[in-house]
Amino acid sequence: MRVWKFGDNIDTDAIIPGRYLVIYDPWALATHAFEGTRDEFAQNAREGDIIVAGKNFGCGSSREHAPLALLGAGIKVIIARSFARIFYRNAINVGILPLVCPEAGTIEDGAVVTIDLDAGFIESGGRKMPIEPVPAFLKEIIDAGGLVGYARKLEKVKTCTESQ
Amino acid sequence: MASTLVEKIFSRRCARDVRAGDVVMAPIDMAMIHDITGPLAVQKFQEMGGRTVFDPGKIVLLFDHQVPADSISAANNHVFLRKFAREQNIENLDGREGICHQVVMERGRAAPGDIIVGADSHTCMYGAAGAFATGIGSTDMGFVLKFGVLYFRVPETIRVTVGGKFPGRVGPKDLILEIAGKIGADGATYQALEFTGETFRTMDMPGRMTCCNMAVEMGAKAGIVPPDDVTWSYLKGRRDITPFLLASDENASFSMEYSFDASRLTPRVAVPHNVDQVVDVAKVAGTHIDQVFIGSCTNGRFEDLKEAADVLKDGTFHPDVRVIIIPSSRTEYLKALKAGLIERFVSAGALVEAPCCGPCMGGAFGLLAPGEVSLSTSNRNFRGRQGSTDAFVYLCSPATAAASAMKGEITDPREV
Ligand code: SF4
Repeated sequence: MRVWKFGDNIDTDAIIPGRYLVIYDPWALATHAFEGTRDEFAQNAREGDIIVAGKNFGCGSSREHAPLALLGAGIKVIIARSFARIFYRNAINVGILPLVCPEAGTIEDGAVVTIDLDAGFIESGGRKMPIEPVPAFLKEIIDAGGLVGYARKLEKVKTCTESQ
Repeated sequence: MASTLVEKIFSRRCARDVRAGDVVMAPIDMAMIHDITGPLAVQKFQEMGGRTVFDPGKIVLLFDHQVPADSISAANNHVFLRKFAREQNIENLDGREGICHQVVMERGRAAPGDIIVGADSHTCMYGAAGAFATGIGSTDMGFVLKFGVLYFRVPETIRVTVGGKFPGRVGPKDLILEIAGKIGADGATYQALEFTGETFRTMDMPGRMTCCNMAVEMGAKAGIVPPDDVTWSYLKGRRDITPFLLASDENASFSMEYSFDASRLTPRVAVPHNVDQVVDVAKVAGTHIDQVFIGSCTNGRFEDLKEAADVLKDGTFHPDVRVIIIPSSRTEYLKALKAGLIERFVSAGALVEAPCCGPCMGGAFGLLAPGEVSLSTSNRNFRGRQGSTDAFVYLCSPATAAASAMKGEITDPREV
């Protein structure tokens, strides 16, 4: 279990190039993750590894292939200074936990990170760093393991037009 | 209490007062899926136990990223979606109409006050029609297909006010590149961008589409131009809707305000590999180019092709440059054809392709080899976006693209 460190503005084209968007299987997608920009990721990423990145991780296209490719590579947690909006939602929907940590930049490549969600911090190299709480409305989806699991349990949704 | 345009849209659809920061399960007026993200959305819909979609009439389904099918897997995806459309009674526009966003606009499927989602990040383009429109992933879309609603955190709004008249050969694409350069690739994350001021009020719909299209390049959830006479007259004959007032209150609170002067703008270019790396064309003039792409949902409309043709006049494209021109839809293609633009482009040495995304998404055709340089009117210049991760993509307006294609290097369109 190790940290794969990335910089700012890692876009979804870098995570999974356009020519592989005909694939939907996470494991098959994983073999092309970061192809051309960081080839050793697909070869060496292991179950339980963590991605740590700078700001605006996952910017660009809405392709869910991006979080799926990372999931297929074994990534269950991504820690970043900030996330692009669509990626953030997609990650939660497919069962990856995106954590916003303002100090993510100080974590080094190859480091080991421990996460204490309830206490709201992560720890690496003897340093404790606060993480932002996940918005409450997304917490239920995370607890269900993703949006599919959440939706399956849902009998009927209450829309905003119905009284609160 | 004073509200922003976006708060008003959500308040209207929820029939109660909704503020930025509120989380609402809002009804969806239209949902768009295409050949890349559609199959996964359908699969998720089925995994969620979906049997019949919420409302076939509220779904726009078409193929544009890989048309005609460029691989057996793409062909298979098309077969899968055709079957789904048939079973669910959804009108299937297949691969014959053009790029999703253009088709939605020209068919009047986006109108002021609508809440729209599309399984594509540039869905924000429909803000040109005064809709709240945002891109979502396939699993969210599966949820929408089943329930017809989606969770939204109502965004704060950044107001961008632009005044002044564009100088010659400078237009909406230069403006939005300038705005993206100022605001930055994540400067509007989770927020809506409201484009207002004299320049937007006098801007035609195609120009507004170009600007709203690129809102996501600043991380925005939506881009929106307050609906006005331009909007309502565009919708005439496309959508049966009575004009109504929809605008931010004067004292509404904005999270940030920017202002720009269009009259002082010069042609802008975004240099590799980020959309917010924006410079004056003079800074990169003379850069050798291997390929020029004029098209995409950002700049593939008749007006864009006309802008390029006005620069080209009776000239020819440089023999060392591959010039690929793709109208954004069948309708736009026909307009260009009737105006004689296509004939001029072909005579000048361009490859004119049928409406589709083409090189913009880097999956179909027109890919770049390592070391090659492309100048493109599309919206993204990420590393690897148009082929090799060792290629370079610059973004610009159709006028700059045409001038550069003629000279074989990046060229200021005011100099040809
Ligand atoms: S033209 Fe480009 S940006 Fe527009 S929908 Fe197609 S791939 Fe996406």
